[in-house]
Amino acid sequence: MDNDKKLKIGFPHLGNYWVGFKEIASMLDGEIIMPPAMTRRTIDIGSKQSPDTACVPYKYTMGNFLECLDKGANVLIQAGGTSCRYAYYGEVQEVALKKMGYNFTMIKFTSDKFSILKALLTFKKMNPNLGYIRMFRGFWIAYKKFKSVEIIEDIIRKNIGFEIEKGLFEKTFAKFLNELDNAHEFKAIDEITQRYEKECKEIPVDKPEDLLRVGILGEFYVTIEPFSNFFIEKELGKRGVEVHRFVCLTNELEKSVFKRKIIKKYLKLASPYLKHHIGAHATETVGLAVDLIKKDFDGLIHIKPFGCVPEVSSMSILHKISKDFSVPIIYFSFDAQTSETGVKTRIEAFYDMLKMKKNKKHGK
Amino acid sequence: MSNSIKIGIPRALLYHKYFTMWEEFFKELGCEVVVSPDTNQQILKEGVRLAVDESCLSLKIFLGHVNFLKDKVDYLFLPRIVTPRSRESTCVKFWAISDIVRNTIPGIEVIDYTVDVKNFIFEFPEMFKVGWKFSKNPLRIFWAYIKGKEKLEKKHNKELWEQWELIKNNKDNRPNVLIVSHPYTTYDAYLGQPIVDSLKKQGMNVLLSDVVDYKKSRKLVKNITTDLYFTYNKEIVGSIEYYKGHIDGILFLMTFPCGPDALVIDLCQNKIKDVPVVVISLDELQAEAGLKTRLESFSDILKMRKKKNG
Repeated sequence: MDNDKKLKIGFPHLGNYWVGFKEIASMLDGEIIMPPAMTRRTIDIGSKQSPDTACVPYKYTMGNFLECLDKGANVLIQAGGTSCRYAYYGEVQEVALKKMGYNFTMIKFTSDKFSILKALLTFKKMNPNLGYIRMFRGFWIAYKKFKSVEIIEDIIRKNIGFEIEKGLFEKTFAKFLNELDNAHEFKAIDEITQRYEKECKEIPVDKPEDLLRVGILGEFYVTIEPFSNFFIEKELGKRGVEVHRFVCLTNELEKSVFKRKIIKKYLKLASPYLKHHIGAHATETVGLAVDLIKKDFDGLIHIKPFGCVPEVSSMSILHKISKDFSVPIIYFSFDAQTSETGVKTRIEAFYDMLKMKKNKKHGK
Repeated sequence: MSNSIKIGIPRALLYHKYFTMWEEFFKELGCEVVVSPDTNQQILKEGVRLAVDESCLSLKIFLGHVNFLKDKVDYLFLPRIVTPRSRESTCVKFWAISDIVRNTIPGIEVIDYTVDVKNFIFEFPEMFKVGWKFSKNPLRIFWAYIKGKEKLEKKHNKELWEQWELIKNNKDNRPNVLIVSHPYTTYDAYLGQPIVDSLKKQGMNVLLSDVVDYKKSRKLVKNITTDLYFTYNKEIVGSIEYYKGHIDGILFLMTFPCGPDALVIDLCQNKIKDVPVVVISLDELQAEAGLKTRLESFSDILKMRKKKNG
């Protein structure tokens, strides 16, 4: 029983945001159990314990939790927001895991105001030494780290396809993450961000004049977690495509605060096609699609997990947009059984098509 | 009133929940209400053609119905119910139906009203706006709304009373099966009705999950799940607790791939231990023979259990 008293905290993966999650988890003053890096095994054990029609984020996070629990975790943190079923995952996973015989506490953050309060109180209960000021500071630092990761990732995403010395961006990024992980002060985080921003911008790149620009739109989890979309960004980058992505965690956090204002903004962008907010990310998807096409993007990639209700709604509208503007949009739907080669082949074909279209436009 | 305006209401999704109210409302305002026929093979085929192939079966059927009404009406009435109560919401497909219809079947005049309590958009003012299009008499609109509401409640109370009578007057000791599914699945002539009929033929007492006291049901659902925020799911899952002690078996009926149901049913399967549970998911390629076998064996299990327990 003594062993139970020591808190061992586990959380699911979400791209490179684990640096920030670690900051939140460390407020409990326990041992942090990092989930092992995503592998095929994660999704295999996860989907075994999940309902068939649950979407892949459920299966991946379930796999992460199982791996954490096997490493001895006794506190799990799950967060979900917006209007889709993601916010309900916490409870369903908790019941399913407890039925399997694991003993743990689940802390659930959902977009509901009361649940956030409840989660904070649970934090306080678990670690009586945790003051409110420290709690506030912890979340603020986590937010800063999210932002910092996003800034650097964005630069790399746009340039990685054109680097002259191969692998330099990745090396820099690994160094950056390592340093960010060890920084716990506002000043230090700012300094690291600025330094690496400069460093990344100075890495020599060779960008051709008529490069292909592609925007990635879609559901929150699969866009952000590169393992779940089979490193689609990298795949495009290798072919020399400039990739833009707009979905990110801080946007989502800001959205939960200024919801009405942000929705209004996107509804305006999507105006002839949409009249109402259609749930979760779908309004942004449609709004951004129209916006990017007007900004002369060559093609759009829409990705989502299988059975994602809001994104399916947005797809029927994207079909019309694609037809009206005659801009190609490719749709990927990821499930536990999606094959990587299939995705790669389709990306290749999409790339070839964009290239041909571009050449034709410029007169051979 | 020979040239009255024709309002089309597709016989799908929210129709099965609110139709009585809408019909009364428009009749009082002097409009003619046109409803699409029961779901049939043709409607389903059209729906499958129009919808994105990953949408759930209910949405596909809905689009089939809309397509049927396309040229036959002046307006199509597609209310958009987002958050019927604060801190709750509906499945996001209900948020999007009017926009989907506008974009997939162009050339249709859609009238919609929004219920979004979270953002302070309430039912009556929104329905008033709809009514204002057809009548400039505020009292008449108000009256139509009240009458519609009243009729809906009366119908619901009658159904509830009948269902309790069914449980109480169970002389042949027939097993009670609770069908837990959305009204748009249960009452659909293509999806739910064949299953209900088949169970009745097997000698089951069929109880429907949407015939409950909604208020009590929403409270009782806390015994099963605390975080659930989908209103319609809350109501139907609450029925399990509401009829507790009276049911001998539970049949979950879901359309493939229903977002909220997938999770809720998984959780219920993990939590419900005292009665047999069967989950049947329906898609457009269903094979009747397989379905029949499953229903028959489920009924046999229930009958055997009933005999054993006296």
